[in-house]
Amino acid sequence: MATFPIRLLTPESVLMEEDAEAVFLRTVEGEIAFLAGHIPLVGAVAPGMVRVQHADGSEERAAVHGGFVRVDGDSVTIAAPVAELASQIDVERARRALEAAESDESVARAQARLDAAAAS
Amino acid sequence: MAGGQERILRRRIRSVQATKKITRAMELIAASQIVRAQNRISAAAPYQHAVADALGCVLADSPVAGGRLVGVPDAPEKVMVLAVVADRGLCGGYNFSVLRAAERMVAAGSSSGQQYRLVTVGRKAVSYLRFRGQPVERSFTGFSDRPSFADARQVASVLTESFTAGEVDQVLVVSTRFLSAGTQVVETRQLLPMPLGASVRHEEPENRPLGFTELEPDGPELIEDLLPRYVEAAVYGSLLEAAASEHTARQRAMAAATENADELTKTLRRVMNRARQDSVTTEIMEIVGGAEALRQMSQSIEEI
Repeated sequence: MATFPIRLLTPESVLMEEDAEAVFLRTVEGEIAFLAGHIPLVGAVAPGMVRVQHADGSEERAAVHGGFVRVDGDSVTIAAPVAELASQIDVERARRALEAAESDESVARAQARLDAAAAS
Repeated sequence: MAGGQERILRRRIRSVQATKKITRAMELIAASQIVRAQNRISAAAPYQHAVADALGCVLADSPVAGGRLVGVPDAPEKVMVLAVVADRGLCGGYNFSVLRAAERMVAAGSSSGQQYRLVTVGRKAVSYLRFRGQPVERSFTGFSDRPSFADARQVASVLTESFTAGEVDQVLVVSTRFLSAGTQVVETRQLLPMPLGASVRHEEPENRPLGFTELEPDGPELIEDLLPRYVEAAVYGSLLEAAASEHTARQRAMAAATENADELTKTLRRVMNRARQDSVTTEIMEIVGGAEALRQMSQSIEEI
């Protein structure tokens, strides 16, 4: 299957910059998947998990807390104010955050981290 | 008497050398910070471009919702100005040149009937503007040498809220751009409305049909969500560049101070040596004079 470049950006760093076969994430309007040749799109990303599938079948996950996705030409760019790769997530901390969370938003953030970490 | 002067000079040399040690240390610290600050600028750039790019793309696609948010207003009545300087001095003309630029702009605009509201970053801005009697609406301090994204968010929220509430027609930033390690310039640029050309692909003469880009959610809602992100990213970029410029300015100022201390030590040492030589010469003269007097005295006794 055809691959395309994907970038996951935060204000402090470039978290991910690689070629993917498919990208799955959730916008504020629902689940969405990108394959090569997707039409141009700008969308608001909901707090949750981003899954990136590589050509060799391996998968990488990250938790994003809001932000945007932009599809243009043949590349996908996700820009999130806060994002973490699954491998970097501190599960204990996320669990504590989930318990301590008071607002819906902080619950969603903590849950997103746990989901991404558990799946990897 | 002469020995007293020598002692004073010796003390001055010691004090100049102690100062030199401090300025030298500050120079080295600043130099090490420059590299780190530069890395932070380049790490932040992709995010900044991506957000500006996305907003530009959405605005281009929904001209109705764009309206007030794009372009350069002809005659803005109410303008908000963000001035970014340092928390500390000892960095040459860095703080002053930014504040002077901001002050001039406010003075020029006020005389033509515009209303200005000042928001500042850096402790030096507060003291300077208060002394000049220039009211400051909000000031942020404590992070000028190492701004975090959370700091930028705080500053940005003040700007975005005032603009979206319609309290101001234009938001400008006066700060120092870090063009390279050798060149930094004070620059005033428009943050809101979004100036055309702020995004890279916005201006491409492709003439895409409207609605070509899928928007999720629809234009106005998406813009409401994207605009604060764009301001945050732009403010963060400005803060990072200002921080790098601050460190560069401080390194330069401290290098000059260290050099000056060397020069001063050399001059003082020369004066001190001369003073010591003078006192030695005077002493010899006194001894010779005394011996001569004794000899003459004993001669005159023999004659009697």
